[in-house]
Amino acid sequence: MKKEVFLGIIVFIAVVLNCNNGRADEFTKKDLKKWHKEFMTVVKEGERLFHSALGKNKVSCDMCHPNAANTHPETYPKFQKQIGKVVALRDMINWCIQNPLEGEPLKLDDPKMIALEAYITYERRGKPLSPGRH
Amino acid sequence: MKKKISRRSFVKKGLGAMALASLPLGLVEISWGKNNPQNFTFAYISDSHLTHIKGTEFVRNFDKGLKKAVMECNFMSPRPDFVVYGGDLAQLGKREELEHGLEIMSALRHPVKWVIGEHDFYLDLGKFWEDKISKTTYSFDHKGVHFVVLNSILTYDSWMKKWKTPQERMSNMARLDNPNGSPFMVGERQIKWLKKDLANVSKDTPIVVMSHSPLYKIFKPWNFWTDDAEKVQAVLSPFKKVTVLHGHVHQILYNQIGNITFEAMMSTAWPWPYPVSYTQKPNQVPKLTVFMNRADPFHERDATGWSILNLENGRVTNHYKLWENKDRVLRYDEKLGAPVDTLYQDPAKRIPPQEHY
Repeated sequence: MKKEVFLGIIVFIAVVLNCNNGRADEFTKKDLKKWHKEFMTVVKEGERLFHSALGKNKVSCDMCHPNAANTHPETYPKFQKQIGKVVALRDMINWCIQNPLEGEPLKLDDPKMIALEAYITYERRGKPLSPGRH
Repeated sequence: MKKKISRRSFVKKGLGAMALASLPLGLVEISWGKNNPQNFTFAYISDSHLTHIKGTEFVRNFDKGLKKAVMECNFMSPRPDFVVYGGDLAQLGKREELEHGLEIMSALRHPVKWVIGEHDFYLDLGKFWEDKISKTTYSFDHKGVHFVVLNSILTYDSWMKKWKTPQERMSNMARLDNPNGSPFMVGERQIKWLKKDLANVSKDTPIVVMSHSPLYKIFKPWNFWTDDAEKVQAVLSPFKKVTVLHGHVHQILYNQIGNITFEAMMSTAWPWPYPVSYTQKPNQVPKLTVFMNRADPFHERDATGWSILNLENGRVTNHYKLWENKDRVLRYDEKLGAPVDTLYQDPAKRIPPQEHY
């Protein structure tokens, strides 16, 4: 009996401790630093992809968009007149991979796609959102 | 005796007449006789970035740009006195790329003056270029105008020594937004040569300098920049009429600094954004420039093209031949003492696609 009570207390403490760890509003400066580091690792990977041949013809994104300039991530989703409907930035990333880069489109949840988006939006940090702007 | 017109000659002459009729009026040159300097026309093709994939394969899009410019130059009437190639014929300085470029350029029916770009240079340090194509620093006189060609894409020795292989050096210089890049420069040796070259030229002789990079400072992170530009400008400052024509920036760009007019040439391959559209770092983009239209990537020749330049009384009138847009014309305004766009210089006349952000 004593053994069961003891075990019960252990489980209770473990559950409580676990709950405490999961509290969303309690994070430290150390956490912030860690999360930013995680994010910047993906930005760095995006920068690498942006400067490498993602298609079949050795052309890379940065050749037309140094520092991802002229990609205007803050304006998406927007009506893309050449496609005839409202599209997201990732649709345009795939359009560029398929056309000027002559490659295969990425899956929309491909880590490479997330990395490219991270780099493109990071280079545009500080700009106010302007969805729909042409 | 009446000459019989065959069907073939009729079609031939008819096509010729049609081609002539479709040329813009700006091409018609008026001859002023024996004035000095004389008026004349030349053409400028630049920044083709021919890219070798493998074997005999090259990037189709960029080949198409250069071929189109060559074909249109061949149709020019009156004929240009010469054509300038403004540098960056190759993408990674490879022999395959330069030879491929020479083959396409060999279809030109006009003599060519060559300017070297960084993409032609940093693999073999200009060896192939100087052996098979042209000198990199030279001058010539043409109808009363003194032309100077400079190699403006040199850089610091310390940077040159940083790389293990020529390929590594080339690819680091080829990346425009490279944080490990190095600014372009003309260098003391060429500046000394320039002083000597200009020593016997009278101060009222119009001077046209052709370099790959702009001989002024616009945006260092993309090397829209020549580090010793002020020193070159100082050598040019005593002359009454000086125009610097450059490539590298792949966009309509013009400026006036003191007595010197600067005008950029289009690329035949792809356009580059204006530095104003990269908001993380400050820029010195000239306020005088009315921007080209924002490029439409769905039209692959949009925001690319070439130029027809008319030398009129020692000043350049620049006809930007834009393949997917209305042509733009820059003319030197004697009253303002600067080049102006003949249609859009007035802010009230500008159009929404010219806004870059």
